[in-house]
Amino acid sequence: VTGVDGDSAGAGAGGESGGGGDHAGLSDLLVAPTAVVTVGAPTLDEALAAQGVPTVPVDWRPPPAGSADAVAAVTAVPGLDRANRTAVERMAAVRPRLVDVRPAAEAVGIGRHQLLHAGPPIAWEAASGPLRGAIVGACLYEGWADTPAAAEALAAAGAIELSPCHDHGSVGPMAGIVSPSMPMWIVEDGDGRTSRCTLNEGLGKVLRYGAYGDAVTERLSWMQRVLGPALASALRRHGPVDVGSLIASMVAMGDEGHNRNRAGTSLLVRALAPDLVRTIDDGAHAAADVADVLAFVDSNDHFLLNVVMAAGKLVADAGAGVAGSTVVVAMARNGTDFGIRVAGTGDRWFTAPATVPDGLYLGGFGPDDANPDIGDSTITETVGLGGFAMAGAPAIVQLVGGEVGDAVAATELMYQVTVAEHPRWTLPVLGFRGVPFAIDVLRVVRTGVTPIVNTGMAGRVAGTGQVGAGLVRPPLACFTAALDALAAPALAGSAAAAPAGGGAGP
Amino acid sequence: VTETVRVERGRYHDSVTLMRASAAGAAEPGVDTVIAAMATELNLTLLADAGFPAPDATPDDLVVAVRADVDAQVEAAVAAVEQALVRRAPAATGGARAPSPHTVEAAAAQAPDAGVVLVSVPGRHAYVEAAAALRAGRHVMVFSDGVPVADEVALKREAAGLGRLVMGPDCGTAVLGGVGLGFANVVAPGPVGVVAASGTGAQQLCCLLDGAGVGVRHVLGVGGRDLSAAVGGASALAALAVLDGDPAIEVIVVVSKPPAPEVAEAVAAAAAACRTPVVMAPVGPGHPTLTDVAGTVANVLGVPFAVPPPSADPSWWPSPAAPPLSPPSSLTHAPPPSLTPTVPSPPSPLSPPLSQTHAPPPPGPRSGPLLGLFSGGTDCIEALAVVEPRLGPVASNVHHDPSRRVGPHDHPADVHVLLDLGDDELTAGRPHPMIDPAAVAERLAAAATATGEGGGGGAGEPDRAGGPGVVLLDVVLGHGAHPDPASVLVPALAAARAAGLATVVSLVGTAGDPQGVDRQASALAAAGAQVYRSNAHAAARAAELALAATVGSTP
Repeated sequence: VTGVDGDSAGAGAGGESGGGGDHAGLSDLLVAPTAVVTVGAPTLDEALAAQGVPTVPVDWRPPPAGSADAVAAVTAVPGLDRANRTAVERMAAVRPRLVDVRPAAEAVGIGRHQLLHAGPPIAWEAASGPLRGAIVGACLYEGWADTPAAAEALAAAGAIELSPCHDHGSVGPMAGIVSPSMPMWIVEDGDGRTSRCTLNEGLGKVLRYGAYGDAVTERLSWMQRVLGPALASALRRHGPVDVGSLIASMVAMGDEGHNRNRAGTSLLVRALAPDLVRTIDDGAHAAADVADVLAFVDSNDHFLLNVVMAAGKLVADAGAGVAGSTVVVAMARNGTDFGIRVAGTGDRWFTAPATVPDGLYLGGFGPDDANPDIGDSTITETVGLGGFAMAGAPAIVQLVGGEVGDAVAATELMYQVTVAEHPRWTLPVLGFRGVPFAIDVLRVVRTGVTPIVNTGMAGRVAGTGQVGAGLVRPPLACFTAALDALAAPALAGSAAAAPAGGGAGP
Repeated sequence: VTETVRVERGRYHDSVTLMRASAAGAAEPGVDTVIAAMATELNLTLLADAGFPAPDATPDDLVVAVRADVDAQVEAAVAAVEQALVRRAPAATGGARAPSPHTVEAAAAQAPDAGVVLVSVPGRHAYVEAAAALRAGRHVMVFSDGVPVADEVALKREAAGLGRLVMGPDCGTAVLGGVGLGFANVVAPGPVGVVAASGTGAQQLCCLLDGAGVGVRHVLGVGGRDLSAAVGGASALAALAVLDGDPAIEVIVVVSKPPAPEVAEAVAAAAAACRTPVVMAPVGPGHPTLTDVAGTVANVLGVPFAVPPPSADPSWWPSPAAPPLSPPSSLTHAPPPSLTPTVPSPPSPLSPPLSQTHAPPPPGPRSGPLLGLFSGGTDCIEALAVVEPRLGPVASNVHHDPSRRVGPHDHPADVHVLLDLGDDELTAGRPHPMIDPAAVAERLAAAATATGEGGGGGAGEPDRAGGPGVVLLDVVLGHGAHPDPASVLVPALAAARAAGLATVVSLVGTAGDPQGVDRQASALAAAGAQVYRSNAHAAARAAELALAATVGSTP
């Protein structure tokens, strides 16, 4: 695998003691240094500068209060680099292929009164406006309730079973509501693993932004009756679409795969259009329906987002469960909390209250109208896309009033908190360097530099829909909590050892 | 309230630009709502929701809708929207604004040729940064002190596995091919390599050698605890091996405080196996002074040795050189593979006393004990070893004998005291005295105003009541040190002279140092100090003066 940084093959703490024997490798020390990396007191830089030796000072700050011990303990865990390399290799090896579109009832196995949602687990009582709106909308769409009030009553009574998409090999944008009748993209890795995501509804008053009502239901029904089956037919005729290559192409064409999917959407349609048209001759679909499908995709620059998300889920899940690894394998928000999962800590979510993105607003909306961050679409950043690939999608930085250089700087900054670079998703503007890949909880806490996320903003009030788009940084507390958990075994061990090994010194 | 809805046919801007433009318009005073958008179905709905009348427009047309208090404000908002739409960002600068590195790894990636990482973050954070440096394939110098010993052991074990060297923690000085890191004196490259478990000890040795015309090529600091039982000399052994492999090195010196016996044995065994002669130089009671060690090194190299004069200007300095403290004859045999300078039996033959012929008597000599104020920890320990055989028990915050140890703030009356002012307890929250000698100057000034003649016996008297008769200081020059320490010390020295105190300075520096050893020596001497380039000689001289001062005060 390419791109794993550091020269520390086989490093890890606690290697062979060396016994003082082989010091041949040290001789490179005995030359006047041409440059020195410095971290700490600026006085020492000045002394080097006075001798004409350039320094590369680290913009160092202490880890957050209360995290210093965890940072040191995790740094010292034997095999840390090896574990992270394993997680990265597994993630980078995934070749996601888009194979089918099937209803959630079939693909996920959910039934009556069962819904999936974005982010970490949450109950109706704690749900934010857009999540509640989407739940109401889904109940209306599925015919579980006739009116919004009836739907709310159903949910409030606990009759609707809510479960995170992430626990069902799935992801969903914004509210991320998945109901049994919704068609879902099916992505496979060829090794028997599958991931899923709903189809993108387009912009405006849509369920994922918490809107509900006749227009929303109508569109969802059309997607169920026409869009899903047509895409399924086309895909089955066409055969699997290599989503990994598609992502590589779109990243090279100015998409970052989260807030900008324009090129990728076009590429997918270009690939599927012939088979889509042939389904007319097959008698499977009416020409008018196929035309509607193509027109719908043309009207929605985010159409591919949900495919990228499903691929991201497949990639990230490959890293899950690697013991000792500090690589983030999920970032997701439910509109109330931001949560992350880490390779070395199993299914546990580390959550903190979600914040409101910083960005631009549609129409007459403003910051007061925006809901806190919501959606599983941060799976794109989890695998090096979205905010991490911003250097390749400079149009996006305008969302926060930035300039092109800021897009490059954002990606450059993310290299500092990731373990590797993706071997195939490369950025032409950075000399075809791979996107920053595999977020490292340890590096995030050490530096206080949190991931950069591009995102849409939902209205705070149920039923509003989208109010804007912008950038958001996850709360650092998710990462410090995860690091504490990663450090817990080591810290418990040293605490147990202290009474024996410690004691009064001179 | 007034509003406008304007349509521009066929004008296209992307939605992000339009949202920016809307925000710019809405920022104008008095403006309630601004919507600049392509007239898509969705945006027309938004427009209607915001209460604007439906314009006659197609999705290819631009709509700008504004609501504000008065017409002028509407126009201002429209102008602001237009300005935002036509604004062009400066040309893309590519990666020109790369963010500064936040981690050692990122900095190392930016500087692939930087073979060494210099870590000086607070001690409890040093392990993480040093480990990152090692894992990025770099050698690391850990200047930080207060690093837990377990961290040091872990770092050195990992470094051994990676074939890298950890210099430190608490490594004050290193010289690599003539480039100094941390506190380092400017010395000419030469045939000497130093393994330094004592930073200021290494600096004293380098300066004495430099003054005798003997160059030093490398100083590999290993940290003051490296030769402890816990660390086991991990870095010293590695440093010894790598210096032994450098054909330009003709003599290796291992400078340290007295090591743990088992570690001393291991280092001695490694030294014996070296092709290059190795001089062991533990500094402390019963061991040769660094001045003696410098003489030994010169002898091994076949170079005549003399302690350099404190200044090239002889007008105030009465003697061209001081004699070595131990007879060089015992050291002039052919260099064996490993050398240990002969230990002089205390009191060492410092004769004739340096003061007899040349030192001007201090004006109005005051009786009282010796007070030593050191910024270099090893200077203090060496001075203790020199002074105690001459004066008897001396109290110190770094005394090896716990019964003679005092706190760094203590000034027990009528007792000789030598203090290491670089003590962690004193440097927490203020600069090390080598960086800023203000702390030394304060203590010196306080000593000048304290009562002389042993007033400390009375009940309830503060400890410092019995002021000293003689004050001994070290002044360390070089990179990293204060740019002009004499300027800080001179007022206090002058006050001390006026109060009848004798002052003796051990000046650790070279002609090449940024501060200029001559300039510093002249300024210090002009303020009444007796200045020595040898710390051992300075200590011996101070002891001699103290002996006279205390004897003189005894009826």
